[in-house]
Formats: sequence, C-alpha cells, structure tokens
Amino acid sequence: MSLTLDPKIPSGPLEQKWERHKFESKLINPSNKRKFEIIVVGTGLAGASAAATLGELGYKVTAFCFQDSPRRAHSIAAQGGINAAKNYQNDGDSVHRLFYDTIKGGDFRAREANVHRLAEVSVSIIDHCVALGVPFAREYGGLLDNRSFGGAQVSRTFYARGQTGQQLLLGAYSALNRQIAAGTVEMHSRTEMLDLVTVDGHAKGIVTRNMVTGEIKSWAADCVIMATGGYGNVFYLSTNAKGSNVTATYRAYKRGAAFANPCYTQIHPTCIPVAGDHQSKLTLMSESLRNDGRVWVPKNKGDTRPPSQIPDSERDYYLERKYPSFGNLAPRDISSRSAKEVCDEGRGVGPGGLGVYLDFADSIKRLGEAKIRERYGNLFDMYHQITGENAYEMPMRIFPAVHYTMGGLWVDYNLMSNLPGLFVLGEANFSDHGANRLGASALMQGLADGYFVIPYTIGNYLAPEGGKRPTTDHPAFKQTEADVRAKIQKFLSIKGKRSVESFHRELGLLMWDHCGMGRSEKSLTRALNRIPALRQEFWENANVPGENESLNGSLEQAGRVADYLEFGELMCLDALKRNESCGGHFREEYQTPDGEAQRDDEHFAHVAAWEYQGENKPPIRHVEPLVYENVKLATRSYK
Amino acid sequence: MNLHLKVWRQKNSETKGHLVDYEARNIPEDCSFLEMLDLVNEDLLSRGDEPIAFDHDCREGICGMCSLTINGIPHGPSETTTCQLYMRKFKDGATIYIEPFRVGAFPLLRDLAVNRSAFDRIQQAGGFISARVGAAQDANSILVPKTDSDHAMEAAACIGCGACAAACPNASAMLFVGAKVTHLGSLPQGQPERERRVLAMVKKMDEEGFGNCSNYLECEAVCPAEIPVTVIGQLNRDYSLALLKDNL
Repeated sequence: MSLTLDPKIPSGPLEQKWERHKFESKLINPSNKRKFEIIVVGTGLAGASAAATLGELGYKVTAFCFQDSPRRAHSIAAQGGINAAKNYQNDGDSVHRLFYDTIKGGDFRAREANVHRLAEVSVSIIDHCVALGVPFAREYGGLLDNRSFGGAQVSRTFYARGQTGQQLLLGAYSALNRQIAAGTVEMHSRTEMLDLVTVDGHAKGIVTRNMVTGEIKSWAADCVIMATGGYGNVFYLSTNAKGSNVTATYRAYKRGAAFANPCYTQIHPTCIPVAGDHQSKLTLMSESLRNDGRVWVPKNKGDTRPPSQIPDSERDYYLERKYPSFGNLAPRDISSRSAKEVCDEGRGVGPGGLGVYLDFADSIKRLGEAKIRERYGNLFDMYHQITGENAYEMPMRIFPAVHYTMGGLWVDYNLMSNLPGLFVLGEANFSDHGANRLGASALMQGLADGYFVIPYTIGNYLAPEGGKRPTTDHPAFKQTEADVRAKIQKFLSIKGKRSVESFHRELGLLMWDHCGMGRSEKSLTRALNRIPALRQEFWENANVPGENESLNGSLEQAGRVADYLEFGELMCLDALKRNESCGGHFREEYQTPDGEAQRDDEHFAHVAAWEYQGENKPPIRHVEPLVYENVKLATRSYK
Repeated sequence: MNLHLKVWRQKNSETKGHLVDYEARNIPEDCSFLEMLDLVNEDLLSRGDEPIAFDHDCREGICGMCSLTINGIPHGPSETTTCQLYMRKFKDGATIYIEPFRVGAFPLLRDLAVNRSAFDRIQQAGGFISARVGAAQDANSILVPKTDSDHAMEAAACIGCGACAAACPNASAMLFVGAKVTHLGSLPQGQPERERRVLAMVKKMDEEGFGNCSNYLECEAVCPAEIPVTVIGQLNRDYSLALLKDNL
C-alpha cells in the first residue's frame, strides 16, 4: 500500500471548519461505545485527558505508561503556563489573534485549520480545568490572573505559580483516576510499549514489556492512541525527563506510520548552563522569567568582571536592542539563536563562555523582592540548589538547551496517522506548532487533543470498524511479539564492553554539534557519515547486563538508545533536505544579511513526512503542501 | 571528592536484601546525588557488575519519582527531592547510607526502587472532582478569593513521592491524603463531593495499611513540596464532620 498524506481538512471558511466537522463526524450511540476497545499509550497531559474523556464517554480504555504512576509524566515539569484566547485582560486578544500568533510563531509551517481549532478550544480547556479544581493564580477579586509569554503582545497565559504543568497534569490524572475507579479505564503503569501491531494495514494493538517482571504481552484493540511525548533526548542532554524517549513513535514509524518534520526541534533559551561532563540533564528556567528579567552580556569580549561591576553603559541588552517591540519576550528560537550568536562572538559569561545573564535587579528595584519571590520563588530556589548562587543578588546565568520537538508522527485533521486506526496526540504528533512552538502552547495542545479533539474525531474511524477487532491469537500479534523477544535477546547477547549510557552521550553530543541550534550541509553530511559507524559499534560492543525477567534499567535504556541511533540519522536527513531556515531549523547557509532565518516558501511551504523502507535503506520523503487561505506568508518580524 | 557508600541491594521482593559497600571516587561537587550514583553505576558496569536500580525521571524535583533514604532520612539532607540534592552538601570522605523508602505499603521491587501504587489507589478512591468534559461554565464565573486559591495551591503542590510515609514512625500517609482533601476542599468546585471524598480516601488509606498520625511531624520536616502539617488537621476535621453527617 503506497503512502498517502491526505490531511482531510474540512471545507468551508476557517472559522466554521471545526463546528462543521464536529457535526459531520460519525457518532456512536452510547450503548455501542462500550463495545469498542481503545488502547492509550502514554498518560501525560494528552494521554491522560484522552483516556479519561473516552472512558467517560463509555469506551473501554486500556492505558499504559512506563513511569510508576501516570502522575509522573513529564508534562508535570512544564512551569510557565497555558495559553487561552479568553481575553480576560481586555487587551485585544481573540481566537483569531491566538491563531495568528501561533501560525506566525511557527514560522508559517503549520496547518491553518489545525491551529485555528486549537485556538478555538483553548477557551474550553481553561473552563474545564477550573471545574476539575486546578488552582490557577487568582487576583484579589477572585478572577483568574494572566501573564505574558514569548511571541505575544497580549497577556493570555494562565498559570499556577511556576508549576502549571504539574497542576494541569494532576487535574487530568484525577479525571483519569475517576474513570479507573468507575471501571472504564484499565491502567498499566511500569509497562512500556515496544511495538505496534498492524493487521491488514490497520493499527490494532501493541506489544508491551512489564518493566518489573519482563513479561512480554500483546494487547488487541479497535484502535491505538499514542501520546508518548517528544524525542528531545536524542541529544542526551535536554530538559526532558530521563525516561522520555522516541521508542514508541519510532517503532510505529518502522511499522509504516510517517514521521513528519523530525528536524524541527526547539532549543529553549533559558536553561541552567552545563556544569560538567557528569551532567545527566538540563534544567529549564521558565520563560515566564523573561516577563521581569532582562537578558544581557558584556559589550566587550572577554570581560570577566563580576556582573555587579559592569556598568549599564558596558552591557548589551541584545534582545531589547535587536527586537525593540518584543524585547526580552522574543520567541524562543530567536532568543536562543541570539544567545548563541553573542557567545560565538566571545561575549558569553560563566565557565567556558557558554552563558548569558538574566538579570532581575531592575524588577526587584521596581516591584520589591517580595513580589519577585511570590512570582518565581520556586524557580529561584531551584536555581540556587543547582548552582549554589542567589539570583536575588546576582543575575542568573542561562544558556539554550533542547526542550521540545515540534516534529512527530504525521496526523490528519482527525489526529489519525497515515496508518488507519493509529491516532497520535500531544508532543508525539507534528501538527500544530510548525517549525517553532510558542511558550505555554504545549500544555494547550496536549489538553486540546485529549479533552476536546479526539473524543469527536475518533468516531470517524471507529463507526465503520465495529466488530473488526482481532484477538491476540492473530498471526500479526504472534509475529510482532516474536520480533520484540528477538530484539531483547539480541541486546542481552552483545555482552560488549561499553555502557549504553556512553553511546547515548556520544550520539547526543554529535547531534548537538551537527544538528543543533545551527545546521549546515557540511555538518549534517558529517553526522550522517558518523552515526552509522556509532550504531555499528553499539551492536558490537554495548554492555547490557542482567536478564529480561527482572527490573533491568540497562535493558530499557538499550532499547531506547538503539532507536535514537537510527532516529538521529532520520533527523539529520530531514534537516539536510530542508534547504531553508525556518523557526527552530536554522540552516546556516540560509539567513538574511542581519542573521535571521530565511524561509523559502516557494520550495518548502510543506510538511516533509518520511516513510520507512527497511533496515539500511534510505526512507522516502513525502510532501504535504501547506495551503494558506487566511494568512499571508510574511517574513516573521519581532522588531 | 571520595565517598564510602553503603547501598541496599536486593534482587527482588522474594529475596533478602543487605547493605553493600562501594567506593565513589573523584566525584565533582557540582554533581547531583543521582549523577553520583550514575558514576558509581558506570564503574560497576565496567567491572561486570549489575548497576544499582533506583527510581528517577524528571531530575528537576517535580515528578516525585526519586525516592532514596539517605543516612536514614527520606530525600536525605536535600531541601527538596533526592534529585535536587547536590554533592556539595557532603564532606569529602563521608560515609553515606543509601536505602529505599521503607513503608509496608510500598513493596520493594529491586534495590532502591519501591512500588508506590497504593498512593494511586487512594487517589482513585476519591481524589477528584466529578466534572464532565464539556459541561463546565466560563472559568471566571466561579470567583475564588485569592487566599483560598493560594491555600488550595499550597496543598496541591504535593508531588506524591511518599517521603511523608517513609519518614513517619507509623508509616502514616495522612500528609499525602490531607493535601488532596485540603486542595479540593478549599475550592468552591470541590464542595459537592467534599464528604464523600474524605470518607472514601481515608477508608482506602486504612485498607492499604498506612498508619495513623500521632503528631511526630516528621512528614512535614521531609516533605519536598513543603506541604504544611495543618492539612492533617483539616483532614481530621473534614473526616469527623463527614462521619458525623454520615451517621445522622
């Protein structure tokens, strides 16, 4: 079956597409819903909200997560907030403005219809989360409070201290718990999806490994929803949790699901700089800090004076200088690249010159330390624990770090991949952020997909599929299960000398240097030459101790790193074939005279989706043209 | 810096465990505690031993997955979680005891990893507001005074790590349960199910084998999310009132 990318965008005016689509979508009557079984893999914001909502509607849901509880998913670490076009601040916000900001923020590489729907349902998300008891910040009058985020000139971000992701996830977790108690959702934690099972080209189940006992098991269903997050850990060092991985989506790709725009990665501008070789992860300092913090470096190269001794006249507040209308709230890709630029010029601060200052002195003077403490206290505490420095007294040192991946499995307007029956939600899909995601939009998208989109669109696939659910006795399950077992045995029989961790570190550094904030034909070609050799060494010399039948962290890690070693190549290939710069994808050959990303709309206003062709065979690049009927493609300007 | 470690090793729940001595050498001060264990594990691997199993995920103090008892204290001398503990808190040459969270209701899985699904089951019993998707009114139509909202947030910050129960001589989970009861009970949206919630959660807590509070306050001392012990007072108050009403 040849791969087709039909986005299935409903006809009609942009503002009416979603309403019309909801009306035209197929319904399943309440008593029939319980005859359908749905698998949900991953129970972060998108997965937990989907599982809870589908369970509430009466479907029979089986959900899986690799953590010890759904409450641990990495959505929990999102700090700053969630966007919604409520216009509670009376500052000119609207659904259309959120839509436009998101399309523009994504550097005109996202689908109009999807993004408009996201902006529309954003308002319902806030209503629903408040109903669930999410303790958003309030004003004294009892109304909800808002703050600003990058890429927007309105205050539309709702927040719960610096722990918005935690509170939203715990809200979705509580909704999920209610359905588990009601018996509509069966939850399996510490269970990792290791493969997707397709029957006659449809996704009809998965194979999992119980991470405590090692049991390999098949699960059949009418359809499969994957909400398994992003692949930022391909870089080894990122702000992702240690367990976040590409395995579920990559193995679905190997079973025929198209992988879209893998080169789109978001490098977050405000993270704590790397301290040494021992470092296992990077910690984000929320973008919300840029509401009150000013970013600067010394004007002169090699200025090693402590920040307090550098007078204002010798400081370069480069974001305010280059982007006066957005200033310190320029979008993430632009802020990160500017930080790299000043560090490349030798004006970076801290060890190795890989850092810039984020300074709160002016805000503390203006608002008082107490106000700053109330707004960001937990972030300042975290910064203190990690660096041993007090940011109330001296500026924070920050540096960009890998944070989010806009690419993911290709999905249509129904959030279904090209494999019928496989739905992909949240960060795991590619759909709404184009080439750069705006701050506070990940939480919005995860919950939009789970609470408000999939419950409507899933019927379009399920309604005609009644009674077609296979059992796990089907040969496709037996075969996939055998493949999974064989792979595990292969890991355990390498018995090499080098730890899996060291392969991951080496790949990560290679990706950061060659496919990171700046990429070029030269660097990408070099990476594409080096990755296969590293992969070969892995399969010959990786040390995976122990056995399958116990809790074995090395074995889990081996599976994930083996996938990164293939996926990294796909990322570089995608970056190499996109001969333009857009959003987070900055090809050094394609820039304007003043160093901004230069798009090529004539040749690249499209989604690139890759089709797997088999081991060591080059994948095929397919294209979904992006049609803009409502916005005019423009050079993104934040000046 | 160099450290002497005494680490709890146990293959699984069926076998017996014991403390094993390890030397951690050339550990940078800027290393986190878990990164120090990563280095020890690399060393073990290179010598053909199996690495020490421990739970961890976000490594930024919010997911609640890391769960070590360090020198007898859950999360050790960290101001928050184990993952946010840095080696600069220790002296060169120190001996460090590393054990799992020890609670009867948290069965051991391997080495330092335990099963905390009892906490999930308590939440499933009633730690929610029954709000159907699509049924909510406009968010600003529910006015919540800032003080109530802040109070709810303070309790809602619980990360579900289980240190409270691990620190308590009675293995009580009342700080954990009290946090959820206080969070939802402080908000207007949480009122309709307030009594059902507290009765169901306490019942489940007892069934899971957690003990009762007898005011040692160890839970508050170790809580990485700074949940105040006053939530236990709130829990007791809500529970008594609900029980009384239930019996009327």
